Amino acid sequence: MKPAPFTYHRAASIDDAIAHLKATDAIVRPLAGGQSLVPMLNLRLAPADKLVDLSRINAMRQTEERPDCICYGALVTHAAFEDRLVPDASNGLMPFVGSQIAYRAVRTRGTIGGAVALADPAADWLTTIIALEAEVALVGQNGRRAIAGTDFALGPYMTAIGDAELIEAIVVPRRPATERWGHYKVARKTGEYAESMAIALIDKARGRARLVLGATDGAPLVLEKSAREIVAGNTGEGLAAVIRQELADSGRDFPPEKLLLHCTTAVRAVANSEKR
Amino acid sequence: MKTSISATVNGKPVQASVEPRTSLADLLREELRLTATHLGCEQGVCGACTVLIDGQPARACIALAVSIDGSDVRTLEGLDQDPLMLTLKAAFHDKHGLQCGFCTPGMLISAWDLLRRKPDLSAAEIRVAISGNLCRCTGYQGIVRSIQSAAQNWASKAKLTQEQA
Repeated sequence: MKPAPFTYHRAASIDDAIAHLKATDAIVRPLAGGQSLVPMLNLRLAPADKLVDLSRINAMRQTEERPDCICYGALVTHAAFEDRLVPDASNGLMPFVGSQIAYRAVRTRGTIGGAVALADPAADWLTTIIALEAEVALVGQNGRRAIAGTDFALGPYMTAIGDAELIEAIVVPRRPATERWGHYKVARKTGEYAESMAIALIDKARGRARLVLGATDGAPLVLEKSAREIVAGNTGEGLAAVIRQELADSGRDFPPEKLLLHCTTAVRAVANSEKR
Repeated sequence: MKTSISATVNGKPVQASVEPRTSLADLLREELRLTATHLGCEQGVCGACTVLIDGQPARACIALAVSIDGSDVRTLEGLDQDPLMLTLKAAFHDKHGLQCGFCTPGMLISAWDLLRRKPDLSAAEIRVAISGNLCRCTGYQGIVRSIQSAAQNWASKAKLTQEQA
């Protein structure tokens, strides 16, 4: 099984990559770790006339600690988070998420930037960075811009990335040490894409909560009303009813079984935050 | 259009001219005749093609050959004198860790990497760690026992070496 023929350019720098991505009639795709793109090429599901390989751009591999945030280069691998080779300011959520994406032999090559750029609704990083209120740093022909994770994801596989634009880094704010996170993922097999996943970030000391549901039919859902109820002290069946109602009112067309699944996932993520 | 690459494969320098669409697995099997690397699904799911790239396990079917330029690649053939791999192979033999053998090269490489990183895992943790390698024969019982047995043998060998030193 081979992909259809394509040409290949190994980009030496971000500018070089952008120059090669500039709009032509051809389909040009950036290649990061290739752990989603290459299978899609092998299956001939994703057409490509040319690949621009970003993997040798060292600037995209760097991690920078700033007073209020950590800036992860787009090419930081899932395994680097898992092995804590990069600093963490999420009270351990990012190393945890990194450790359970697919399988070790995929995590060693797959990158956070590549995963976020693909915006598979069922993938782990997109929901995680939205939960963590991270920004996506983009670089393109017209310079640099940063966009909130919430605004970045537009729908399934649809993002705010423009033509010949690249994700340069993911900028994650330092989360307060008083915050507790809870995660829950439903997958049919270890390492598979999620059927449903949720992340709860609850900071009782500061009276703040955030609840994000992923693996839906579109961009991850930020459940603001439910989060307010968590802060107000609502728990158990009462909270489950609020979450179910917020999902039903979200405008997404959830069939009853999906509604139940997603609601259960969110409730369990909240419960898991209590265990930390 | 072919691209020239140079890499180290099993400790030997290799120069090759490859089409960009050629996978590392095809380069290893068809050009270099290193056929221990098996191809099952060719979409990164089954794990039969797992090799080491710069010391890290990776799927050779979804790594492009052009992208390994300058890297150090090691296949099962390149670990045939490695003491940990010999321990694993002996354990797979003793504990019925294989039947048809198709998944075995990938299983061995994944297990080798696992025991180097986390030598002290329970059976349940080993199951999670090898979930990226599919076996259709053994039901995984023998494989999990083999890896546990290899971990024990490897630990006692290490202890013996320490005592002798």
